[in-house]
Amino acid sequence: MRNWWKVAAIILLIYTVIGGFLVAVPKQVILYESIRNLYFHVPMWFSMIFLFLMSVVNSIKNLSSNELKYDIRAKELVNTGIIFGILGTITGSIWAKFTWGAWWVNDVKLNGSAITMLIYLAYVVLRGSLDDEQKRARIAAVYNIFAFVLLLVFIGILPRMTDSLHPGNGGNPGFNNYDLDNNMKLVFYPAVLAWILLGWWIASLKIRMSNLKQNSIE
Amino acid sequence: MYVISTVFVAYLIFSSIEELSTWIALLWIVILFAGTNASINSFRKESGRQFYYYYSLCSPQAIILSKMVFNALLLLCISALSYVLFTLLLGNPIENLNLFLLVLFLGTLGISTVLSLSSAIASKTNNNATLTAILSFPIMLPTLLTAIKASMLCGLGLGWEDCQVYLLTLALLNLVVIVLSYILFPYLWRS
Repeated sequence: MRNWWKVAAIILLIYTVIGGFLVAVPKQVILYESIRNLYFHVPMWFSMIFLFLMSVVNSIKNLSSNELKYDIRAKELVNTGIIFGILGTITGSIWAKFTWGAWWVNDVKLNGSAITMLIYLAYVVLRGSLDDEQKRARIAAVYNIFAFVLLLVFIGILPRMTDSLHPGNGGNPGFNNYDLDNNMKLVFYPAVLAWILLGWWIASLKIRMSNLKQNSIE
Repeated sequence: MYVISTVFVAYLIFSSIEELSTWIALLWIVILFAGTNASINSFRKESGRQFYYYYSLCSPQAIILSKMVFNALLLLCISALSYVLFTLLLGNPIENLNLFLLVLFLGTLGISTVLSLSSAIASKTNNNATLTAILSFPIMLPTLLTAIKASMLCGLGLGWEDCQVYLLTLALLNLVVIVLSYILFPYLWRS
């Protein structure tokens, strides 16, 4: 069966939603039941980074082969990644409102996510301002690689140097520490996989649509 | 001219800046915008026939490296000028001067290298000036944030041990940008 992973994505998503809302979670001060957002907020960012990474892989392929199909893949992967980024921001913002009391705080990780969004919106703007297909493919690929590497350096290094309200920094334990018990792990890891698979699925559909449009123009 | 007028406006508004963070923020904003303005033009002049002449003359690696050196020197002049003007007009609240100059140097270098590749990318499109800013600002922010944090620490008079991490990050960012530009520029050049 060629589409087994799509079936897997659906089963895992159903499992995530049911398990995410019903399985017992440890009671934590301030967090309480909002800890369930972990199954939705965190995987959004994982999927986004995964999609952007795949996009960069396609950009590199495009530069080395000059084939337009890789450019279409890179473009649609970025578009899907942006959707996940927006969803991650929204879920994070709601979570922040209930735990920290504000929709947005000045924080390394939050600013990092804002910068990520800005970079990829700039990528979309750059694509919009070029008409020639071959030229657009090459220039967008160059920017994509350049921006992604800088982004990795940024989100890899800076948050580790500063204090933050966000879990995983400045004395706040990350989700891999003692506050994630076995029950939660049972839901969290499948949830990550499920959202990544869903992202990949959406992206592949968009890629097919773009390819069809491309063919109908030709 | 740009630097002088902005610093003078800042001087007229504040006359003297008591707070360290305001001083540093203003200095970096002036450097950022003056630098962007200065290096937007760095590739525009080469869009015509001169472009083909250069193309036949030397390798793309040589061109991007020379562009980066030129931009770096230009921006270093700008930041030196703005620093001197700030000191003359607004006073100098920085405690650890040597280290601050090093931060200024590395930060300016980082901004100039990012701007070089961004303006190279933007020069391939029609609306050159706006696009350089759109492309470069988000990827410049990491460098800028690190530089601002490091200069805050220098301003408070902290020594090498405390700023070490930031300085190393700045150097690393510079290195990454230079290597990436060196690898990626030939692909831009070919089109």
